Amino acid sequence: MAEIPILKIGDCLLVSIQVDMHDRLALALQDDLTERIVADHARGVMIDISALEIVDSFIGRMLNNIAAMSRVLDAVTVVVGMRPAVAITLVELGLGLTGVRTALNVDKGLALIRRIIDSDSLDADRD
Amino acid sequence: MQIETDETIPLRSSDDVVRVRQAVRARAIGAGFSLVDQTKIVTAASEIGRNTVDYGGGGTLRIEVLRDRERRGVRLTFTDQGPGIPDLARAMTDGYTTGDGLGLGMSGAKRLSNEFEVKSTPGQGTTVILARWK
Amino acid sequence: MSDNRSVVLALIDRHYQRLLTDWLACQKRDAKLGDAQRESEAREFARRFLEELRRCATLAQFDNLEAPECAPMRELLDELSRARLVQGFSPSETATFVLSLKEPLFELLRREIGDNAEGLAREIWTATGLLDKLGLYTTESYVRTREEVIRRQQQELLELSTPVVELWDGVLALPLIGTLDSARTQIVMESLLERIVTSGAEIAIIDITGVPTVDTLVAQHLIKTISAARLMGADCILSGIRPQIAQTIVHLGLELNVISKATMSSALALALRRTGKVVVDRAKSAAAPAE
Repeated sequence: MAEIPILKIGDCLLVSIQVDMHDRLALALQDDLTERIVADHARGVMIDISALEIVDSFIGRMLNNIAAMSRVLDAVTVVVGMRPAVAITLVELGLGLTGVRTALNVDKGLALIRRIIDSDSLDADRD
Repeated sequence: MQIETDETIPLRSSDDVVRVRQAVRARAIGAGFSLVDQTKIVTAASEIGRNTVDYGGGGTLRIEVLRDRERRGVRLTFTDQGPGIPDLARAMTDGYTTGDGLGLGMSGAKRLSNEFEVKSTPGQGTTVILARWK
Repeated sequence: MSDNRSVVLALIDRHYQRLLTDWLACQKRDAKLGDAQRESEAREFARRFLEELRRCATLAQFDNLEAPECAPMRELLDELSRARLVQGFSPSETATFVLSLKEPLFELLRREIGDNAEGLAREIWTATGLLDKLGLYTTESYVRTREEVIRRQQQELLELSTPVVELWDGVLALPLIGTLDSARTQIVMESLLERIVTSGAEIAIIDITGVPTVDTLVAQHLIKTISAARLMGADCILSGIRPQIAQTIVHLGLELNVISKATMSSALALALRRTGKVVVDRAKSAAAPAE
């Protein structure tokens, strides 16, 4: 069974979802990511969905789960590359991607993670 | 109204759900749907298809491409012989779920469709018919 | 030629050449065709029309014009209406082409079976029914073609009148002009979202200064588009809401969960600030050197 590769970019993890996801694959991804966040002390998780032609409630649930787990492990989750048709359909579907930030592409996603982590550490310094 | 194409495919596993998405996409393209309309009906098909596999114990999907004078549409009929849905009204409410899902499946699919109909008899099975017109 | 062919068709077949000549003479006499090219085109259509009638086996085949056997006749009439539409003729003028065959045809009938009053009456009735049906089909075809042209022009107009402009690095503007209908708004919004992806712009200014009224449907499309843009990782600023539209929005109880600026320039100023840009007045900063 194919696995989804997880790349490390600095203190961020990048996942690129290329294939039509089966349920088993989605569950395996969630498990793998959790392990990697801890193992690599990742502060950010970036999920690239630019290859996804549809996002249904199952995938939406997966994204929300990943965001929730990351938050517990003190990492920021950013979803990048959502296609316009997918965004329009999600709005129609009424699916809320709670706790998930979004950015247009990987570059902007990394910049966003940077900004959030930096402002977090500023707050921490102030305390 | 004419039926231009008519095919039935099995829905027994999550691999089949992938196949369902591809088949519905192909027919939607053939019916001349815009990209957004394609995405909407494929997403609706994915929602109900998953339900059929996960809660209905597997079943079938019938895909029909319809023509009504100038308009063309795609009609999907999902059938299973599963446990059925005891409280249909509640199932159609946003957020309702029996599993650990978001429960948006049916109400979401309805929102993405022009026509939507559910028939369910507890203990006998469920049929969901949805259609989208260009 | 078999017996189940009507008398009319048999006569058309036998006196084809003379009928064609007479018909063309009538057309020339009545019509305002003008130049030689149109005349030869009309002659060609007439010839093909009679040819088609001549070839048909029985009149009953024209009972249902939608049937496959009638395809060649339908195609010929479609071609005729399209040609006449482009030349600026009215639907009636186009139908008249077909109906004008009545005169030479009745004349032919009178010549050949004029001594049989009842037969003549019957054949005239048959002929007139046939030509009326074909003439009416021509009108319908004309109307259908015209609707097709209008639809295509609307599409082209839509594409021309919905420009998305890149005001600055990372800032797009969509100036909407004119009344928005549901279909147009959807297309416009989709192209804005596409442009956000291709340009990588994180802010889109939607300006509705040029929109006289906004109804619930349009407002909903606007709201959905803004939500979709946010889901993708961009944001929108609304500008140019007139007082009347502001009132409508409040009356309709719509929640426009978006920053709204009075003018596009104030929206641009905000967008530049948000993307980390500063606009400096060179004259002033030159006169007062920095400390």
